[in-house]
Amino acid sequence: MNAILAVAGAEARIALRNRWVAIAVVMMALFAAVLSAASSAPTGALGADRLSVTVASLTSLAVYLVPLVALLMAFDAVAGEVERGTLPLVLTYPVRRGTLILGKFLAHLAILALAIFVGYGIAAAAAFLTDPRAAAGLPALLRLGWTSLLLGATFLGVGYAISAFAGRPGAAAGMAIGLWLVAIVLYDLGLLAAVVADGGGTFTRQVFPWLLIGNPADAFRLYNLAASEATAAAAGLGGAAATIPPGRALAVILLWPVAALALAIALFRRVEP
Amino acid sequence: MPSLTLSRITKRFNATTALDGVTFDVAAGERVALLGHNGAGKSTLMKIILGLIPATSGAITVLGAAPGSHAARAGTAYLPENVAFHSALTGLEQVRLYLRLRGEPVGAAMDLLARVGLAEAATRRIGTYSKGMRQRVGLAQALIGRPRLMVLDEPTSGLDPVSRRDFYAILDDLATQGTAILLSSHALTEVEARTDRIVILSKGKMVANDTLAALRRRAALSIRLQVAARPGAADQVAAALKGGRRNGITVDLLCADDEKLAQLGRVTALGPLVEDIEVIPPSLEDLYTHFSRRDGQ
Repeated sequence: MNAILAVAGAEARIALRNRWVAIAVVMMALFAAVLSAASSAPTGALGADRLSVTVASLTSLAVYLVPLVALLMAFDAVAGEVERGTLPLVLTYPVRRGTLILGKFLAHLAILALAIFVGYGIAAAAAFLTDPRAAAGLPALLRLGWTSLLLGATFLGVGYAISAFAGRPGAAAGMAIGLWLVAIVLYDLGLLAAVVADGGGTFTRQVFPWLLIGNPADAFRLYNLAASEATAAAAGLGGAAATIPPGRALAVILLWPVAALALAIALFRRVEP
Repeated sequence: MPSLTLSRITKRFNATTALDGVTFDVAAGERVALLGHNGAGKSTLMKIILGLIPATSGAITVLGAAPGSHAARAGTAYLPENVAFHSALTGLEQVRLYLRLRGEPVGAAMDLLARVGLAEAATRRIGTYSKGMRQRVGLAQALIGRPRLMVLDEPTSGLDPVSRRDFYAILDDLATQGTAILLSSHALTEVEARTDRIVILSKGKMVANDTLAALRRRAALSIRLQVAARPGAADQVAAALKGGRRNGITVDLLCADDEKLAQLGRVTALGPLVEDIEVIPPSLEDLYTHFSRRDGQ
């Protein structure tokens, strides 16, 4: 445990000095502020409080941004050490490889938590300023906060796995961006196209729900939207969200970080410096 | 029991054989120099000893345990060739991290840095350090927790002569306390005076493993006599001794160890024609060339 904390402390310092902390926080804050400004139009027609609406918008923001920030922090973790030549020495220390990954994970997760807290905090403050009923949306905001962190944890783990697998930072960066594009952007489009082509057949009823919930980003979105009163405001996957029990989505959100980290550690063990 | 035992270590990378049946051991308190040209397999052998890469075949014991096992790593210190650190950390932070990874109190960090002469630069980022300073951070981390085996890959590269002397003084200290030391180096002259035994690798094969004196005997290399003639007498001296002229005044003679006295007698017989004489035994460079070439051809 002491070793994990030691690695985490050093990683946090490095991230602070390399401006990664600032970049992550500013990115989240900027997007949250822009979203708040954009959704400041009167919401009377929806009947929901301002914060609940904001949470719905933040959910669709987080699903893109949190995995991106996580992958950007993680892709260099192993490949960068290989490139700089710092890995052989640390691997001769009496420390398990899993400890090194978990130490980096802890530091990166803390940075992510800070960025999420600042970003969502700004959005919440904006909602409270304009709507006295905003407190009704607080449970939804809290839920969004910790599920965002779990989503980030998943993609940190996936990022380390990519980093260990790719071996070089350039290749790792390319693979990380490619994965983000496929898992976050193209995945839903592909599913949508398949559903349209299927025309309500077996695929749509039997396979599609599993494919949808299997993706951590979709599970995140489904869980938050299903539990939120402002589902209608988010549109898009609202229909699908209604057919999948939120408990199943929650299980996926909880399992993915563990699976991703296990994969990362397994791949890191195979690295020969 | 030796601190390190290597038995018929072979390492193949696809078609190339990096190490071929290397067998030697290092006892506690012994300082062994590992010599070899670039690509002879020195770094590969060290990585196998450290458990970073597996050997293709052969047996290794590190401090009575398997290489790379927790017990072996806990007692072994390593200084890689061209050691690298994260440039955003300060020397102090880096050493504190290494102390914590070894489960040692972090309070020792400043002492370690002072020991390698980095006390003043301790709070500066490693990115601002020179190569020699980075090397000294590497030495500082290798001294953590009184290791029982030290594996040092080109430890003095980038160090100035004073730092080198200090470094070898630290090693002597550790060896006296029973630390087994295996170090590779290109600086043969410093290895000559500072190690107990020499292992020479050539193209992955071990071609020598002995003390310097024993290697000298085995190689039976010629002793060089450099005779300085009086001005103008160089040709005369060269003719009398049947030696080669090197420059205006010096005559070079090569002779076997047992002919040395006879040759010296002949030189003294020339009397006033000779101004000075120097007897040069084969250096480690000569021995190294002898052993690595003999096997390479």
